[in-house]
Amino acid sequence: MAQLKCENLTLGYDSKIILRDLNFSVNSGDYLCIVGENGSGKSTLMKTILGLQSAVSGKVLFGDGLKANEIGYLPQQTVVQKDFPASVREIVISGCQGRCGLRPFYNKEEKQIAADSMEKMEITHLAGRCYQELSGGQQQRVLLARALCATRKMLLLDEPVSGLDPKVTAEMYGLIEKLNSSDGITIIMISHDISAAIKYASHILHIGDKIFFGTKQEYLKSEAGKIFASDAGGENK
Amino acid sequence: MTEIFEKLVSYLHYPFVRYALIVGVLIALCSSLLGVTLVLKRFSFIGDGLSHVAFGAMAIAAILNFTNDMPFVMVVTIICAVLLLRTGQNTKIKGDAAVAMISVGALAIGYLLMNIFSTSSNLSGDVCSTLFGSTSILTLTKSEVYICAALSVIVVAVFILFYNKIFAVTFDENFAIATGTKASAYNLCIAVIVAVIIVLAMNLVGSLLISALVIFPALSAMRLFKSFKSVTICSAVLSVVCSLSGILISILFGTPVGSTIVAVQIAAFAVFYILGLIIGGAKK
Repeated sequence: MAQLKCENLTLGYDSKIILRDLNFSVNSGDYLCIVGENGSGKSTLMKTILGLQSAVSGKVLFGDGLKANEIGYLPQQTVVQKDFPASVREIVISGCQGRCGLRPFYNKEEKQIAADSMEKMEITHLAGRCYQELSGGQQQRVLLARALCATRKMLLLDEPVSGLDPKVTAEMYGLIEKLNSSDGITIIMISHDISAAIKYASHILHIGDKIFFGTKQEYLKSEAGKIFASDAGGENK
Repeated sequence: MTEIFEKLVSYLHYPFVRYALIVGVLIALCSSLLGVTLVLKRFSFIGDGLSHVAFGAMAIAAILNFTNDMPFVMVVTIICAVLLLRTGQNTKIKGDAAVAMISVGALAIGYLLMNIFSTSSNLSGDVCSTLFGSTSILTLTKSEVYICAALSVIVVAVFILFYNKIFAVTFDENFAIATGTKASAYNLCIAVIVAVIIVLAMNLVGSLLISALVIFPALSAMRLFKSFKSVTICSAVLSVVCSLSGILISILFGTPVGSTIVAVQIAAFAVFYILGLIIGGAKK
């Protein structure tokens, strides 16, 4: 059984349908990139997988020991967070909130998980710093560490490198790659960056007028892939 | 100096002065706790909006001749708070617009109803004291003090127990929902606490000045402190200190209680702002 399976998924806002009959599955250890133009429904798909929004029809199924609330999520930054007074430690450990249930405070185990996540993201030295004073790349690491607190199995990343400079972008991809290969965490990433998608991903889901789902090799041979790959230079912002 | 001190001691022999101090400190503590969350959620003006709702509800209660209007006002305000905060980021009418609508609407309806049905000869005096809370804190009865103390204890306890959850939901609602936190339940909880605090605070500073109690301590604390915990603690302490000194000053010099407290808050904000600039400048 796959970790995540979408069956005949139709997505939309209000009464407007954006995406029809989407079928794909993700196995443990996969690295899936979701690509497509603006407005093609990438973010809607992600919200549906996370349970923030319900699908118009079709199903999202979880298997292989994965529960719906065990997905770590790296969202795009919101306006609220830009001037939020919070230390790095406070933000990272808030990723453990899902484990707490009704228990009001964090226990030792959760504090350890938070410390380990910060270690993994190489931000332990920033633990006492204020989030809003960090650079864009450091902020992304903090949010990624928080996502790691919530999961050991699957990470959903929503354009993790938008707004980062090339050097930090490469570091970020390196970190994600490491989580995938050495920790065996399944990665699902929304990206505009086709060349990176082709470089790192094992599977690609291209949504838009034509839907493509398959391995990277299949994608490069497909028509959608050819068009996109030739545009890759221009898309690569 | 000793003269002022003696005057103060002599005033403290009166029970109504002691009640005012107790209630003032408790309300200041409660309102500052949620201030940080509300400011960050872009709901700074909810205090104003909800207090106008409470004003409208009081007007209705007065017309219906309720002897004890507290429960009625509380229920109406809680319902409005839930409606405002529940929908969060995904509403058609955004937070600030919704607050403004409810605020102005309730104020207008309240005043209209009071005008049409009022039996009092001093209408503008009534309205003024409801809005500015000019005297009510000095006319508290013992049972009101007990109610206020009990509610404050509940508010503080709920806040401490749910502190981590409130942080998670305020910082990133979508992440919290996605990882299995019942964000809507905690938003509801925040809304109820806010409504309770506002109805309590109306006794102290009146409708118009509640916003000041909610936002000033939080904004001042945010100038100097950079973690959620330190900001929360600092704003609680600051709020208590400002209210205490505000009440004492108003008793000594005969100034209106609510506006004196706010004036002290403004002074504290100025001090924190300058300190923030100096410390920030030193770092760079």
